[in-house]
Parts: sequence; C-alpha cells; structure tokens
Amino acid sequence: MGYALNFNLIWRHFDKLWGGLLLSLELAVISIAIGVVIGLVLAVWYVSAGRAVRAVIAAYVEFIRNVPLILLVYLVFYGLPTVVDLAYSAPTSFVLTLSVYSGAYLVEVFRSGLEAVPRGQLDAGKAIGLTPWQRLLHVRLPTMLRITLPALSNTFISLFKDTSIASVISVPELTFGAQWINFNTFRIVEVYLVTTAMYLVTGYIMLFGLRLVERRFRAAR
Amino acid sequence: MLGQILYALPFLAQGFAVTLWVSLLVVVLSLIAGVLLGVGLVYGPAPLRWAVRIFSDTIRGIPILVLMFFVYYGLPAIGLHLPSFWAAVSALTLFKTAQVIEYLRGAVGSIPKGQSEAAMAIGLTFRQRLTYVIFPQAFRRFLPPWINGVTDAVKGSALVSLLGITDLMQAINQVIGRTYEAMPLYILGALIYFAVNYALSLASRRLERRFSFIRE
Repeated sequence: MGYALNFNLIWRHFDKLWGGLLLSLELAVISIAIGVVIGLVLAVWYVSAGRAVRAVIAAYVEFIRNVPLILLVYLVFYGLPTVVDLAYSAPTSFVLTLSVYSGAYLVEVFRSGLEAVPRGQLDAGKAIGLTPWQRLLHVRLPTMLRITLPALSNTFISLFKDTSIASVISVPELTFGAQWINFNTFRIVEVYLVTTAMYLVTGYIMLFGLRLVERRFRAAR
Repeated sequence: MLGQILYALPFLAQGFAVTLWVSLLVVVLSLIAGVLLGVGLVYGPAPLRWAVRIFSDTIRGIPILVLMFFVYYGLPAIGLHLPSFWAAVSALTLFKTAQVIEYLRGAVGSIPKGQSEAAMAIGLTFRQRLTYVIFPQAFRRFLPPWINGVTDAVKGSALVSLLGITDLMQAINQVIGRTYEAMPLYILGALIYFAVNYALSLASRRLERRFSFIRE
C-alpha cells in the first residue's frame, strides 16, 4: 500500500470540518423549512385547483426534478444576478436554490399523501359539520402527514446530503472543509474517511430521530 | 448573444455526448453489479449479506460529491491511478449500484414466498427458480423505479464537471467563461437536461401503467 494513515493534521484542522457540518445542517434545516412551506401550500392548492393552476405547479415540479441541482446552484448564483438587480451571498444563494429544489420534491410527497387520504374520512368530516377549512386542518393534513412521514424522512436526509453541492460556490460547509484540508495538507484518505463518517453519523442520527417520530404517530392511528 | 450561442452549439453538443456516455456507462455497469450484489443480499450466505448491506447503507449515506472526491483523490494514495474520467464513472457507478441493490431487493421481496416454494417443490434448481419464476415476476416491480433512477444518473453525471471532465455542465461553464452570457446558457443547459430526463420519466410512467393491470 505504501500509504501510512496519519490523522494528526485532520484533528488540527478539525474546526473546518465541525464548523462545516454545522453549516451543512443549518443550510439543510432552513432550506427544508422553506421547502416544506412551498410543498404544503402548492400541494393543497394543486389538489383543489383547476387545470391551469395544476399545469403551472406540475411544470415547476417537473422542471426542477429533471435538472441537476448543481446546474440550478450555478444558475441562481452566477446567472440570476446578471438579469435581476439583486446581490446575495453564496450561502443565501444556496439556501434559495435548495428551498426551491426541495419544494418541488416535497410538493410531490405531500400531493400523493393528500390523494391517499381515504375519501370516507373527508365525508365523515363533512357529516359532523366541519367547514372545508376545518376539514383541511383537522382531517386532511394530519392524516396526510402520517401517511407521508416515511417518504418525508427519506427526502429530508437526501436534502441534507445535497448540501454538499454548496461547496461548488465556496460555501464553507462540510464538503468544502474536506476539500480545504485535502488541498492544504494532502492527508487525502484521512480527510475523506473522517468526512464520510461525519455525513454517515449525522444522516443516521437524523434517520433514527425521524423513525422515532414515525413510530409515535403510527401508534396514534 | 444568439450568434455566440449558436457558435458554441457544436461544443455543447460534444459535452452533451460526454454526459450521455457517462450516464450510459454508469447505468449499464451499475445494473450488472447491482443485480449481482442484490441477489447476494437476498439469497447469499450471512457474511455476504452483511457485506452487501454495509456497502449499500454506507454508500447511500454519503453525498455523491464526497464519494467522487474520495475516489478521485484517494485512489492514487493507495497506488491506483485512474484517469479522472474513470474515477468519476467509478464513483457514480458505486452510488448507483447501491440503489440498484435496493430496487432489486424490493422487487424480489415483493414476490410471495409461495412462488419460490412451489418452484422448489417441482424440483427447479436455484438458477432455474430465479430465471423462470422470480425474475420474470420481479421485473415489473424493478423496472419503473429503475428507469426513474436513470434520470438520477443523468443528473448525477453533471458532477463529473468538477473533476475537469468536459461534459454538458462543464461545456456550459466554459462557454460562459468566454461569452459572459450566463443566464441564457444555464437556461439552455437546464432545458437540455430537462428534455432528456423528462422523456425518461414519461417512459417510466408508461411502463408503470403498462404493468399496473397485474395484481397480486
């Protein structure tokens, strides 16, 4: 093999990785939160809207889902400011991109969840005299959330992993920190081993937490 | 502006060809490796099952970008010098293989146990059971998610631009570097990716509908 592992330099620069991980999480949480709002609003709108609105929402979803995230990141960061008079930092630009991106995926998740809510539940809601708004809030959304939780967890974790793309516009998140150490210390194998472990552990902690939430709500059924 | 973009079109077409070539390689190689490992995961002895499970769960748990840098920068350290093109293809293939393993596991797992038992009862060997009983039935479950996954491969191939490979993404960035027409070129690129992937997802939806009449 001829390559001796030496983690000393990694620990010396570990703040780059740790700070990076925290920033990755921050980017993910903010983008997912905005994405969930976009997803919920558009999904509820979609299932009750007419043809034209549906077509527009579907176009948004299909377009975003079929284009590489890296291209969208470049487009928003390098392309958009050339046509609109806006100035924003790389992290803001990435959050904007990932929010719109996650929104498209979450519309799909929520929409299929809404369509899976049994018709009888809505009729029952109508029968006991709930207004449409109450039916949405107390019947449709809670049931939909329960149905979509597993798919939702997967989407969230996948979006967390997507934050690594932020490194291409020099947002100092975890992958960027790894590259910095890679280029400055040449402890290549070590830095990627540690980075991989950090992504894995974080991802599995998220998965474990989300599974707990799923179990709690399954029990309520 | 239009003139400059038209002038760049042949160059973009070359990049697009690289994108398609990378995607095709990744899809074919991962299909072979994924089906083999997937069969190992479902039917293999315990140590093999464990190895495949760990492989799949690890690979799917890290960002493709990190995997690609790991393979590209890490392999020379252990004495393996791959050209950047093949490093990128290997990394993307590793990731896709893990996905194919899961599609296969899901598809085979959905076949009722009785099928396998019946095949055993009439004296089919393991290979015959797979070829004549399990795979033909599992195929229709495997196909739609797999084709959907092909669009992921096309999208993922854009990451090879980061290793300096002139695929469509890199070609677009290079043309922008010369012309400063960022927005039109990114939109053009997005439309090209969209056209390819949308066609693929339409195909997968059609197949899903074609197979949906079969119910257990």
